[in-house]
Amino acid sequence: MLRVDVVKKLGEFTLEASFTSEGRVTGLFGASGAGKTSLINMIAGLVKPDRGTIALDGETLDDSATGLHIPPYRRRIGYVFQDARLFPHLDVRQNLDYGRRMNRLTEDPAQQKRVIQLLDIGSLLDRRPGKLSGGERQRVAFGRALLSKPKLLLLDEPLGALDEERKREILPYLVRLRDEAGIPMVYVSHDAAELRQLATQIVMLKGGRITAFGGVKVLTSS
Amino acid sequence: MLDISPTEWTAILLSLRVATVATLVATPLGIGVAWLLARRDFWGKAFFDALIYLPLVLPPVVTGYLLLLTFGRRGLVGAWLADHLGIVIAFRWTGAALACGVMSFPLLVRPIRLSIEAVDRRLEQAAATLGAAPWRVFLTVTLPLALPGVLAGMVLGFAKAIGEFGATITFVSNIPGETQTISSAIYSLIQTPDGDTAALRLVLVSIFIATAALLASELFARRATQRLHGN
Repeated sequence: MLRVDVVKKLGEFTLEASFTSEGRVTGLFGASGAGKTSLINMIAGLVKPDRGTIALDGETLDDSATGLHIPPYRRRIGYVFQDARLFPHLDVRQNLDYGRRMNRLTEDPAQQKRVIQLLDIGSLLDRRPGKLSGGERQRVAFGRALLSKPKLLLLDEPLGALDEERKREILPYLVRLRDEAGIPMVYVSHDAAELRQLATQIVMLKGGRITAFGGVKVLTSS
Repeated sequence: MLDISPTEWTAILLSLRVATVATLVATPLGIGVAWLLARRDFWGKAFFDALIYLPLVLPPVVTGYLLLLTFGRRGLVGAWLADHLGIVIAFRWTGAALACGVMSFPLLVRPIRLSIEAVDRRLEQAAATLGAAPWRVFLTVTLPLALPGVLAGMVLGFAKAIGEFGATITFVSNIPGETQTISSAIYSLIQTPDGDTAALRLVLVSIFIATAALLASELFARRATQRLHGN
């Protein structure tokens, strides 16, 4: 369970968001500039809220009252960025293994095999990110985040940089990820159709405020 | 004409040793300083930055004299080193290495700093979300991606150290076999009536070393770039 109750001044406007999510996939919906990325950057620990608290599964990650701020590398929260951000000097196999090494987890060949199959990236393992297509890169980024065994997975417009055809190619993988990986996710998008397919719960954000919260139905009313 | 005499060999080998030691000791320090300048904001940063680049703009004889005042046997640091650790560097080859290290430091730091600044911070963020503590982010992402700059800095620093003259001769003098590098040997030879041929030999040797260093750096840089872009 993710509890967020934060205030953050962002240049022109102030982001004020308070919600609790228990769904498998919480869709964070809103136009660009609504504060979606800032909000998940705070959940990841990359940005510190001015005021408020963030807690995951009963563990407090941020609490401005006590000055608590757990740094990103101790949160075990995976993050898939819009621009993949694969490490260019490592091949796909090393990229996938990075989170396991950094968290000092023991090797888990079974899970690795499962994730590689789920995302269909077995044929890419020896390649460098520079030699991958946009869609392939994004699939590897999903795999890299999953294999760090996160407690929560943040996805910031992971299909945003792809054309329609690539999106259609990747969406089924995301549905499988949701149904088989068993990791709760926060999925940021400005595309209602995408969220209707993936999300189990919606947080609607507009101008830094939450304007609607609930099932996928809230998307139709907008 | 390329019949290099034993004294000339001594000077050549000493120069190589001095420059190698200076570069190897200065590199880790230079990486640390470059990272500080590229990635951290702290009080007095502008002053620190200027201090690092000072040897580039000061007359070398000034730097050499300051080293003598500090690290000479009666110098503040030199006296302490001699009394407590029994280390004397003034008028020794280690002193020459120190002078070369100080003089080449700005040239070593600059490319490293630029290449660290060029590393995409979003990749460092990605590494953090995958569980990498800051020092591991540095070792596994920042440093490998900055490697071409590190190599370029090392080569530039080495080339500067090989050719350093003013600060070295001021700090450790020109003692054959101990502190006489190629540069100071050439200086002595051109002041000797029949020294021209020998001086020219050493001139050729230093041109050869400098060219080899530049070619090596080009090669390293090309390899490193290939590695980074996955070709």
